Amino acid sequence: MTSLAKRESRSPYAVIMGALLFVVALTFIFPFYWIITGSVKSTEELNAVVPVWLPAQVTGEHYERLFVEPALRWLLNSVLMSVLSMALVCAVASMAGYVLAKKRFPGRTAIFSLLVGAMALPKQVILIPLVRMMNTMGLYDTLWSVILPSVGWPFGIFLMKQFAEGIPGEMMEAARIDGAGEVRTFTSIVMPMIKPAFGALAIFTFISVWNDYTMQLVMLASRANLSISLGIATLQAEYSTNYGLLMAGATLGSVPIVLIFIFFQNTFTQGIALGAVKG
Amino acid sequence: MSTLSRDDRLFARSRALQRQQTKVSYLFLLPALLFFFAFVIFPMGMGIYTSFFNYTMGSFDFIGFGNYAELMRDATFGRSVVNTLIIVVASVPLVGVFSLWVATLIYKMPVFSRSFYRGVFYLPVVMGSVPVVVVWKWVFNKYYGILNWLLKGLGVINTSINWLGDARYAIWCVLAILFTTSIGQPIVLYVASLGNVDHSQIEASEVDGASKWQTFLHVKWPSLLPTTLYVLVITTINSFQCFALIQLLTRGGPNGSTSTVMYYLYDTAFKLYRYGYANAMGVILAILIALFSALQFRIMRTDD
Repeated sequence: MTSLAKRESRSPYAVIMGALLFVVALTFIFPFYWIITGSVKSTEELNAVVPVWLPAQVTGEHYERLFVEPALRWLLNSVLMSVLSMALVCAVASMAGYVLAKKRFPGRTAIFSLLVGAMALPKQVILIPLVRMMNTMGLYDTLWSVILPSVGWPFGIFLMKQFAEGIPGEMMEAARIDGAGEVRTFTSIVMPMIKPAFGALAIFTFISVWNDYTMQLVMLASRANLSISLGIATLQAEYSTNYGLLMAGATLGSVPIVLIFIFFQNTFTQGIALGAVKG
Repeated sequence: MSTLSRDDRLFARSRALQRQQTKVSYLFLLPALLFFFAFVIFPMGMGIYTSFFNYTMGSFDFIGFGNYAELMRDATFGRSVVNTLIIVVASVPLVGVFSLWVATLIYKMPVFSRSFYRGVFYLPVVMGSVPVVVVWKWVFNKYYGILNWLLKGLGVINTSINWLGDARYAIWCVLAILFTTSIGQPIVLYVASLGNVDHSQIEASEVDGASKWQTFLHVKWPSLLPTTLYVLVITTINSFQCFALIQLLTRGGPNGSTSTVMYYLYDTAFKLYRYGYANAMGVILAILIALFSALQFRIMRTDD
């Protein structure tokens, strides 16, 4: 640190800004805190005129009520949807991203432009036709109706292409001289090289499918097939002021995904930063 | 075969190799393209095509621009467009400025603090719309909400306000929540690109006696332009598509005061089953988004 930087960091301006940032950060944490503490407060505490910051006694009654609903089934549905999308997106996007980055073939530029162009369009324009399609295919109200469209979205291909461009051409040349076929080259040279991209894309897909409330809302209908988000939303419509129940549901819906995010934060943030740096 | 010269044979071989490469490339692309055409391009085409039809549960009749003409006269649609534009115009600059402010404060911090703040501002995105809205709906509640208690305690208001039930306030509540769920990604992007700014240039300008603001304006800002453009475009797209928050928080009410194009589209399609009419709204929404994005590209380019 230079003396200049030291002096700067102590200036009143910097102190005020730092304090301000901290206060703003607290308001961003507050909803999460309010959900978790709210899920274990007694009903009197939840409806108290003066807010209760910490429950005097932790109660499990709202969770007991929550599990009268198929809440664990909803959670399982969300996990299944997110994991299957994640696996499919990674497989499909890595293959496509690799050839778009490393191979030269007729139609390459046209295909890539089409993929990028589609990403700029609002997803919701395709919502209604998608629902009709899923109906025709007999997939409406199944987890596949949420999974399949998420695999069609080209963001992953884009991210994988960015990473794959960094693979040195000599490595692939060497593999070819050693007699490796295209599939072997891909699995033994390309895949290890783009490992960080797999991590980023996997978490990105997991979180975005888990939280894609709009898609879940239009695709899933019967109570046993809901996702955890949609399940809580349904409970909110039915019991709008039973805050204990709603907070218990919100805890169940948000804590797992927040833990996953905290655990993989660096992989995730590097991934979205890289995806944005368009080549 | 024997009549071919050596060059011809080499040429034929390289052509065969190229054909083989093309075949391999398309095989690798095949799964991605299948999904892309089936679940993006095809429904997109269907959406545009059926917007020219009177398409409901029971009918499918070609009516040309009939749906579009009806949209122009539809007062609820007009109001939804206005609300959507209010949301876009209010949120985009705010998100841009605020995320840049946070990023400039945290990008030089030690790894732990930086990750902490980046994570905190990403938290509402990760938690997902439903938990976020469920808790905010409680905060905004007239009788049980902490907001009225807080504002009364601070002496800002005297009587409790029905935040979500009052047309004057509801859209600002939507905007506040939208804001908390919109700044996570821009902050990550800004922190990454501030980390890439050439440090020798910053030091040089500081040695030359430039103020912090001058350094920012002349050294950092130019290299942040591409990121800024990207941030503005994605925030615009997200704000235009604001739907989940509204469906969960106000259902477009009170009296249509928080209805957006996306919400009205959903209502028309899934409550009234007027698919063609809803698809026409989708097409208009796409055009609006394209126009705004193009405008931002133009402005940012001339700034250069």
